[in-house]
Amino acid sequence: MKLKDILSETYGSLSANKARSMLTMLGIVIGIASVIAMVSIGNGAKASIQSSIEGLGSNLLTILPGVVQPGRGIVSSGRGSAQTLKNTDIEILKALDGVAAVSPEDARRFQIVASGNNTNTTVTGVTPDYAGVRNLNIAEGSFISDANVRSTGRQAVLGATVATDLFPDQDPFGKTIRINKINFTVIGILTAKGGAGFSGPDDMIFVPLSTMQKILSGDDYLSTIAVSVSDKNNMSEVKELATNALLDKHRVTEADFSIISQEDILGTLSTVIDTFTLFLAAIASISLLVGGIGIMNMMLTTVTERTKEIGLRKAIGAKKSDINMQFLSEAVVLTFIGGFIGIVLGWLICFVVTSTGIVKTQVSLSSVLLAFGVSAAIGIIFGYYPARRAGMLNPIDALRYE
Amino acid sequence: MIEIKNITKTYKTGDVEFQALNNMSFTINDGEFVAIMGPSGSGKSTLMHTLGALDSPTSGTYLLDGKDVSTLSDDELANIRRDKIGFVFQAFNLLPRTTVLRNVMLPLVYAGVHGTEREERAKKALLDAGMDEDHFHHMSNQISGGQIQRVAIARALVNNPSLILADEPTGNLDSKTGEVVMGTFQKLNKELGRTIILITHEQDIAEHADRILFIKDGELIQDTSNHKKRIIKL
Repeated sequence: MKLKDILSETYGSLSANKARSMLTMLGIVIGIASVIAMVSIGNGAKASIQSSIEGLGSNLLTILPGVVQPGRGIVSSGRGSAQTLKNTDIEILKALDGVAAVSPEDARRFQIVASGNNTNTTVTGVTPDYAGVRNLNIAEGSFISDANVRSTGRQAVLGATVATDLFPDQDPFGKTIRINKINFTVIGILTAKGGAGFSGPDDMIFVPLSTMQKILSGDDYLSTIAVSVSDKNNMSEVKELATNALLDKHRVTEADFSIISQEDILGTLSTVIDTFTLFLAAIASISLLVGGIGIMNMMLTTVTERTKEIGLRKAIGAKKSDINMQFLSEAVVLTFIGGFIGIVLGWLICFVVTSTGIVKTQVSLSSVLLAFGVSAAIGIIFGYYPARRAGMLNPIDALRYE
Repeated sequence: MIEIKNITKTYKTGDVEFQALNNMSFTINDGEFVAIMGPSGSGKSTLMHTLGALDSPTSGTYLLDGKDVSTLSDDELANIRRDKIGFVFQAFNLLPRTTVLRNVMLPLVYAGVHGTEREERAKKALLDAGMDEDHFHHMSNQISGGQIQRVAIARALVNNPSLILADEPTGNLDSKTGEVVMGTFQKLNKELGRTIILITHEQDIAEHADRILFIKDGELIQDTSNHKKRIIKL
C-alpha cells in the first residue's frame, strides 16, 4: 500500500466522523499548546531575570585584596583591608584581552557634614569608568570626570540615599559638603538603584580616586578593582588571565588577592529557573498524556465500530500490516494535526502574554520541534495497541460481528 | 481449477468437538457455475470460508490453480484472497460513506495497482457488472440494494480472480432484484468465462447454476448437473 493510499483512506475515515475527530484532537492541541506556552514563559522569565542581573553587572570580575580561603573563611585581617592592590595594577589589567573597562576603587568610611546634618557613610574614590562598569545612572549633574581625577579636584557625587540624608529639604546640586573636614562641591546625584545588597551605591559618596588617595586616605592602595569583561562567555578565561597577570606583577606564587565572578551567582539562578521551567513543562505534559489516552480511547472505539469493515477489507485481500498501518496512520495524523494547531495556539498564548507585558516570552525552535516529535510519538504509542487489535481480527469473526 | 480432497474441519468449544466438514472431496473446473446448497448448519459457511481462503481446514488439501492453500499463513492467505478470489456477501458488502468507484478500486489498492490503471479497471468492472456510469460517483448508501450487489460483483471482478465466491447474494433482495443479480452472474459466467461458486439454501436460486452440490451435516450428499437451468435475459 502506498503512502498516498493510506493517507486518502485516513482522510476518508477521519472526516466521516468530524466531531469526534475534532474533540479527540483537542486533547492534543491543549497539551501541546500548554507545553509550548509554559516552556516559552519559563524561557522568558529566565531571560528577564538574567537581564536584570546583568543590570547589576553580571560581566563583572571583582578583584579584592587578600585571600578568601574556602573552608577557612577570610584571613584574619578581613577582606579589603589587606594592602596588596595598587594603582600600578590597573594598567596591567587594562591591557588584557577581553577586558572592556577597569574601575579601580578605594573606599573608606568618613564622617560627613553638610548644612548642619551629620552622617557616617562610605566614601569611594573612583575614576570615570566606575559609572559604566557598575551601571550607574546620573539623576542630576555629572559623574566624576577625567579632569577631576587629574586635578585631584574637590568634587563629590552623592548616592540617592545620602543625598536625602544630608539635604532633606533642598536640592544638593552645587552645595558644599565636608568630608573629613575638607570641603567638596556636589557635582552630581545618582538615581536610586534599589536593593543591591551590602554597600550599595545608594548609600555612597563618590570622589575622584586621586583625591581619595592623596588627600583623604594618604596612601595609594585600592580596596577593589572592578573589571568588566566585553564578552560574558569569556568570564573564566579573563579571570584566569587577570590572575596570572597579577601574580606576575606582584611577584608571588600564592595569590594575595581574590577574584569573584558574578557569573557563579548567575549560574545558580539559571539552574533554579531551568528547574522551575521543567516543572511547569512536566505539569503541561500531563495534559498531553491525557490527550494521548483520549486518542487511544477513540481509536479503540473506532476499531470496535468498524469491525465489519475490517472483516470486509481483509476478505478483499488486506494483510494484517495493511490494516495496522491504516489505523496507526489515523492516530498519527490526528496527533500531527493536533500538534500543529497546538503549536500555533501555544505561540498565540505567548504572543498575548508578551503583549500584556507580564513576561517577555521566547518561543524556541527546540520546544516547537520537541512538541512536534512528542505529538507524533503519542500518535504512534497510543495508536499502536488499537491498530494491532484491528490487524489481529479474524476476518470470519469480523464479518459475522453484529 | 479447484480441487478439494478429503477436507475435514473440526471446531472445539471446550470439551465438545463439532465436525463442520467431514471428509469432503470434489473438483470444480474453470468456467463452471456451481451452486452449493444445503440447509442451515450443514457446513455451507465453513466450506465457503475454506474455499475463500478465509480459514484453513483441519485436515485434507485444497488446491487452487494447483497451489496448496490449506497450509498457508495468514498473510499468504490474504494474498490468495487478493489475487485469486472475489467475494460477494449477503450484507455489508460496501464501505459506508465511500463512493461506488472507490469501493470497486479497493482490491486494487491492496494489490498495488496505481493511478489511471486502477480507475480504468474499476470502471470496466462496473460496466461489466451492469452499472450505469452516472452512478459511479454516488455514495454507497445512496444506491439501491440491487445496485449494491452489482457494485459488489464489480469489486469481486476487478482484480481478475480465478474464482468468484457469492454467499447468499440475493438473501436481502426481493425476488425481482434477485433475478437481475443472478442474471448478472450468468452473463459473467457465459460471456467472460468466470468461475462462479454460489452458496445458497434456496432451491430456485441454486437452479440458476449449471451444477448443484448438495451438502448435509458436513458431507457431500449429491453432485448433479442442473438440467432445468433457469436462464435470465437481462
